[in-house]
Amino acid sequence: MSLLDVNGLGVRYADKDVVSGLSFGVGSGESVGLVGESGSGKTQTALAIMGLLPGKAAISGSIDFAGTEIVGASERQLNTLRAERIGMVFQDPMQALNPYVPIGKQLRRVLLRHGISDGREVDQRVMHMLDRVGLPDPARQFRAYAHQLSGGMRQRVMIASALLAQPDLLIADEPTTALDVTVQAQILELLERIREETALLLITHDLGIIAGHCERLVVIEAGRLVEEGPTRKLFSEPRASHTRKLIDAAPRLDGDSPPAPESAELVLEADNVSVSYAERNERLQLHAVMDLDLQLQAGETVAVVGESGSGKSSFVRAVLGLVPMRAGRVTFCGQEVAGPLQARSIETRRDLQLVFQDPAGSLNPQLRIERIIAEPLTVHAPELDAKARSERVADALQRVGLDEDLLGRFPHQLSGGQAQRVAIARALIVNPRVLVCDEAVAALDGSVRQQVLNLLHREQQATGLAIVFISHDLAVVRSISHRVMVLYLGRLVELADGAGIFRHPRHPYTRALLDAVPVPDPLAPGGRLSISGEVPSIIDPPSGCAFHPRCRYAEQRCRVELPLVRPVGEARVACHRAEELEL
Amino acid sequence: MSAVARIWARMRTSKTVVASGGILFAIALVSIIGPWISPNEYLTTNFDNILRAPTASAGHVFGTDDLGRDLFVRTMMGVQVTFVVAIVASVVSLLIGVLYGATAGFIGGRVDAVMMRLVDTLYATPFIFFVILLLVVFERNLLLMFVAIGAINWLDMARIVRGQTLSLREREFVQAAQLIGVSTPRIIFRHIAPNLVGIVIVYVTLTIPQAILIESFLSFLGLGVQEPQTSLGKLVNDGTKQMEGASWMLLIPGVLLAAILLCFNFVGDGMRDLFDSRRSQ
Amino acid sequence: MLRYTLRRLLGAIPTLLLVIVLAFLLVHAAPGGPFDDERALPADIEANIAAAYHLDEPLPMQFLRYLGGVLRGDFGPSYSYRDYTVSELIGRSFPVSVQLGMLAMLLATVVGVSLGIVAALNKNSALDKVVMGFAMTGISIPVFVIAPVLVLFFAVKLHWLPASWTGSEGGSRFLLPVLSLALPQIAYVARLTRASLIDVLSSDFIRTARAQGLGTAAIVRYHALKPAMLPVLSYMGPAVAAVLTGSVVVEEIFGIPGLGQLFVRASLNRDYTLVLGVVIFYAALIVLLNLIVDLLYGAIDPRIRRQ
Repeated sequence: MSLLDVNGLGVRYADKDVVSGLSFGVGSGESVGLVGESGSGKTQTALAIMGLLPGKAAISGSIDFAGTEIVGASERQLNTLRAERIGMVFQDPMQALNPYVPIGKQLRRVLLRHGISDGREVDQRVMHMLDRVGLPDPARQFRAYAHQLSGGMRQRVMIASALLAQPDLLIADEPTTALDVTVQAQILELLERIREETALLLITHDLGIIAGHCERLVVIEAGRLVEEGPTRKLFSEPRASHTRKLIDAAPRLDGDSPPAPESAELVLEADNVSVSYAERNERLQLHAVMDLDLQLQAGETVAVVGESGSGKSSFVRAVLGLVPMRAGRVTFCGQEVAGPLQARSIETRRDLQLVFQDPAGSLNPQLRIERIIAEPLTVHAPELDAKARSERVADALQRVGLDEDLLGRFPHQLSGGQAQRVAIARALIVNPRVLVCDEAVAALDGSVRQQVLNLLHREQQATGLAIVFISHDLAVVRSISHRVMVLYLGRLVELADGAGIFRHPRHPYTRALLDAVPVPDPLAPGGRLSISGEVPSIIDPPSGCAFHPRCRYAEQRCRVELPLVRPVGEARVACHRAEELEL
Repeated sequence: MSAVARIWARMRTSKTVVASGGILFAIALVSIIGPWISPNEYLTTNFDNILRAPTASAGHVFGTDDLGRDLFVRTMMGVQVTFVVAIVASVVSLLIGVLYGATAGFIGGRVDAVMMRLVDTLYATPFIFFVILLLVVFERNLLLMFVAIGAINWLDMARIVRGQTLSLREREFVQAAQLIGVSTPRIIFRHIAPNLVGIVIVYVTLTIPQAILIESFLSFLGLGVQEPQTSLGKLVNDGTKQMEGASWMLLIPGVLLAAILLCFNFVGDGMRDLFDSRRSQ
Repeated sequence: MLRYTLRRLLGAIPTLLLVIVLAFLLVHAAPGGPFDDERALPADIEANIAAAYHLDEPLPMQFLRYLGGVLRGDFGPSYSYRDYTVSELIGRSFPVSVQLGMLAMLLATVVGVSLGIVAALNKNSALDKVVMGFAMTGISIPVFVIAPVLVLFFAVKLHWLPASWTGSEGGSRFLLPVLSLALPQIAYVARLTRASLIDVLSSDFIRTARAQGLGTAAIVRYHALKPAMLPVLSYMGPAVAAVLTGSVVVEEIFGIPGLGQLFVRASLNRDYTLVLGVVIFYAALIVLLNLIVDLLYGAIDPRIRRQ
């Protein structure tokens, strides 16, 4: 007898089916993963189970929860199920918590609604729950507002609110997608801990998360069931090709890094780059980047990796001239280039190109694709006539694997993957020497992400393009990086070649990042927790080694003395104890 | 041009916008043609025919006032003034507001801070009283009043355009264009301006009723349009004095003024629903 | 919070100063002196009058003298009401305007917010459409049209209420003026409340509250009302300005001896000192009320309070 029984569920908006004929179940105390790419209907399914779909959605089929039919139930009936029987955790805790009400008050309201009226008991249970989900100093946080908490703490509060009324089933919709990797590992560990008291329906696009945390798997595509079964079985012998595709597309930590490029021609070099931002009427200087170096050779890919606040974006933007440098020097092909973009020669600007994270945002919504891709030519090859120009556009389009019939469309008519290819085509059409990708695949689905990475790799092979690849996720850069820089709070902690850093990390933070990556393998799931806490604010960075408050190996020296970057083996590491540690 | 064409196409999808726009167009048309075909003149007084209730047979469809002047022609003249105010106010708020706002937003930093500080200061001042002061001090003339009304209305526009420009400037497609090496004028005209058109049109339509309101308010107080010229606000004032015996003198211009304002408000509201991205999605 | 208050208070000073300078310069840029209308006076008398009003001093001196007076609450003598100072005239006429304005604001807020909430909770229903149709009409009818029309129906035709202030006593004489002033503001506040509440109700945190099993009433009360009221609160500054402006015509129409009527009479009489004084007084009032609204806003929105 299942706790939750979804039978032939259909969700329809106007004339578009987002979920159709979907059936699956969740048993009492079971943990089930609902997996699909963006737009596959997973969130719609979760909202349907909670009875939270908007009025314009037409719902068909049946959702049976412990004998109660949810489809067509009245709001009054649903309100007795919600929280008490089914709790829900949403993706972005910043949005999901009320910014105007102290969190303690929001949590109290849940209990007051669900039958506990004694104020003192309510307070005690809220405090107890905050403590259980790992919120330090619950009595103080009780009065805090959501914006005063870190991302991870907000999600803990969210989980606490879903668990307060002791539901039989917890639905977690992409609960870690908005969080840093190390925090994701902590939240997953928390979800694992509460498993003993509730069944779990974990909704995600990330097979790595599922592999380690769910007993059974439900794979959906375009609103339909693809296949379901025990996690191990589905990973070892997937029956559906879509499941295989999802597994193959998931980034992994094992496998080879590409061999070093043959040429040793240095194209781009940055020395001692520092970036500061003025905050609050310039009374406060935030040091986003401090003393970072970069050497980039033709045909080489360097990955810049770090969590939020690591300064990775500021660093490359300063190198590109988009934000001012406080100090430092940038050299391109042996020639020093000026700091600000406007002062750079037109050739330098042609040779350094950038691809942004959000493909939709980087394309002007008012222009057709053809004009977007052709725009660099109007600056860098104004001598071309219309015919030559459209040939170049067609060539660029073909290089990124897009069809010519997209040329007449507007950006909003493209999918995320298509839009990102257009952005890459715009960058490649002037044949730059260096391409900087700022989280360029982070917003894309797994399979599309792999295609874009392959495309970049192909381009590099063909033209000797040098790539700087920024990512928060070590697993994503694994297959393409010749060298990897790991940043923490604006400073370099480790620089090593791809093979070295993944096999033998030398900085505790690099080790923690690797441990935190959830691996799509039920037998070796990763996503382990090797550090606690979250990235501190750059407004008030810790003394000494900035990583010391989260480092399990920290000694007295680490708290007071800033470690310098020095060679350790093949790598360059900023850790006092790099030689002695066995990570 | 394609941006304007698309805005036009989008406008036509809203029934409210089309209907209100149609009514406004009809009123404007009648106000131009009406006096032209009417046998009466706005100045001709006829003391045998004062305060006559509206009748079609006597040739005075809106009746006559206390001097025996034909009210239809006078009302239509008031309507013309109202539309002229609408046009002048939108031109001023377009020119000053858009330019000021776009400059502040695009340059940003300290310049923006100083420019917006000025707007905030002006916002906090009781502008209408300044206009009255202006009209008291200088001779009451139409030009001065139009300039004053426009000067009030540009503030909203400047704020909106500045905010939009500021956020557009931070958008990645503008940064992408900068990186490519696209020149600043080209970025402004190719990338920023077309993305401002929608919101500018919305706010122009939203400021028009405010301008009309100010003009009629000043004319009602006797500080705006002067005899023998007239405007709807002034006609309402005349009507107020005669309402016990001749309620049509109050009701006709009053209702007409409200109807024009209502239509402009409906157009502005409908346009905002169509173009304000935050509301539409 | 105290520092925030002080900073806002200091920020209001340049605004006020600008108003005073502008108004002062405007009046002094007037073609001809204030006594030009009257028959020509002998030169020595004219010089005496000029000296009495310090018109013989250089402009900066006159301004400093005036500013010093304003700081002490002295706006100088009135040109047209020769026996009174501007401050006396303002002091005499202000109380009745305050009563009118406060009643209108109270009515506008209570009725407007209630209508807005009802409309938002019944979005797109017939009720919503009726309320919003009323609101749209309300913001489109100028005060100087609604006031005489109300008089026409309720006083002239039906004789239910007094048509003018001076001919009657008691609370009933407040009814029509307050209603005329409040109607457009009720409409604005209702529209604002509805739009803002609908906006808030579509936020993710409301979905969270629904997922916690809270009913509509509890959601509005504990989660949605506070954020939904923020735009309404920031409208209170402009609303006060609008009510003050409206009171100018309403007082004129109903013959109420308030500040608005004083201002109109002064304007038509070209009583420069009086007009100048009233403008500065209005400006100070509006700046002060905006300041209060700002501080209240800071007290409600935790994200502002932090700074």
